[in-house]
Amino acid sequence: MLILECPYCGVKAEETELSPGGEAHLKRFGPGSSPEEFEDYMFARQNPKGVHFERWRHSYGCGKWFLAARCTATLEVFGTYPAQSSEPPAELVEKIKAKRPQWKGWK
Amino acid sequence: MKRYSVFAIAREAMRYHSGWERAWRSPEPKKAYDVVIVGAGGHGLATAYYLGKNHGIRNVAIIEKGWLGGGNTGRNTTIIRSNYLQDPSAAIYDKALQLYEGLSQDLNYNVMFSPRGLLMLAQTHHEVRGYQRTVHANRLQGVATEWIDAKRVKQLVPIMNIEGPRYPVLGALYQERGGTARHDAVAWGYARACSDMGMDIIQNCEVTGVTSANGVVTGIETSKGSIACKKLGIVVAGHSGQLAEMAGFRLPLEAVALQALVSEPIKPCIDVVVMANTVHGYMSQSDKGELVIGGGTDGFNNFTQRGSFQHIEETLRALIETFPIISRLKMLRQWGGIVDMTGDRSPIISKTPLGNCFIDCGWGTGGFKAIPGSGWAMAELVAKGEPGPLAAEFNMWRFKEGQFIDESVAAGVAH
Repeated sequence: MLILECPYCGVKAEETELSPGGEAHLKRFGPGSSPEEFEDYMFARQNPKGVHFERWRHSYGCGKWFLAARCTATLEVFGTYPAQSSEPPAELVEKIKAKRPQWKGWK
Repeated sequence: MKRYSVFAIAREAMRYHSGWERAWRSPEPKKAYDVVIVGAGGHGLATAYYLGKNHGIRNVAIIEKGWLGGGNTGRNTTIIRSNYLQDPSAAIYDKALQLYEGLSQDLNYNVMFSPRGLLMLAQTHHEVRGYQRTVHANRLQGVATEWIDAKRVKQLVPIMNIEGPRYPVLGALYQERGGTARHDAVAWGYARACSDMGMDIIQNCEVTGVTSANGVVTGIETSKGSIACKKLGIVVAGHSGQLAEMAGFRLPLEAVALQALVSEPIKPCIDVVVMANTVHGYMSQSDKGELVIGGGTDGFNNFTQRGSFQHIEETLRALIETFPIISRLKMLRQWGGIVDMTGDRSPIISKTPLGNCFIDCGWGTGGFKAIPGSGWAMAELVAKGEPGPLAAEFNMWRFKEGQFIDESVAAGVAH
């Protein structure tokens, strides 16, 4: 069972308390963008077998959205951080790099 | 290949069963093939089989990372149906169902196809309207389904509690031709037939790269060395994204875990397949007497082939209300498969940005039922280089153009 720490209320919440929200750090494209950009935004996902940055909501807790770094191959959680981040915190990226030397970086 | 028959059993009975052959060969890979199919699951093997049978292409290798049929082919709940909403889906799933009906004879391998009938329960008024719409659509598509009321449901499945209280049964979408088949036998039967046609099934051989020249595929790198090929078919379900990355393109897919479980064996008590989409549970009884129960998908990306525990609880909690007699049953085994979900819950059978490289993926939570139809359509695409009528609508560019084949209701999660 997944356990993620909510970065707002500090609660170590397990999966049933949380709702998954898909890939994080998507760049939004709307009217005026090209069909390729819009398709990318709507459907193309990284879907990596390994390090994945994703959105979660602490639904049955504080109710706030936050972001998490998790390994999709082992379910290891590297860390969580607030949803207002445009990219993962540098220390988290360093931590993941130390654990996964093969990893190509977050983008 | 020696044919299986009642005479073969009699013959072997007289000589201590010493004459049974291996069902398929395990050769070392050759240097080059006309066509290489990556993935020896149901869809990959069916593709190879129809390449040989319908198109006469027999210099084919099927490469498998693990063992034959060890992925989602061995991890599903074996349900077969074709009551989909959209025309392209109805066409390919019904083609698959028709092929399943004659598959044991065709392959000379008993796939234990059991058209026992299939119910999709409507437990909310929204579902009643949705399924009635599907029945009308199916009528136009020539797929025989009917809408039946709760009384008839109770007659078909006496162990069902149709009164609720949380989710009363209001009726059901009934497909009499639907049913189940032995999942492993489907893979084994196709493998035996492919091997008999001279195709090489290479197990425990992981693909590590795709090579190309001038935008056209030239071969693959594997853990057993490089293999050259003129055409490449990628049929790997959950790992399609990884293979596509090797081939240099991206797919609109996300991999999630879907779970199933079986109970201890009990006496026959339910002779149809029942699916309940509102509560994300579905159930049938296997020939061994086990109740085969399918659950929901996890909401997060996952490659671990195991799902979250609370989904088992959720599924069983809901099924116990509908089938009170199962409340004391012990569950024997639970497993998960990695399913590749597309945005519109319909598959992709398509050419790709890389020349002579074709992909069949995105079957999501409902691939088993489609195996023969998918293989048929994919074989046509690989052989001719252009999709036939079954595959045309399932191209990977439909997401850019907005021409979705929306099956989120019919595919939902229950399969």
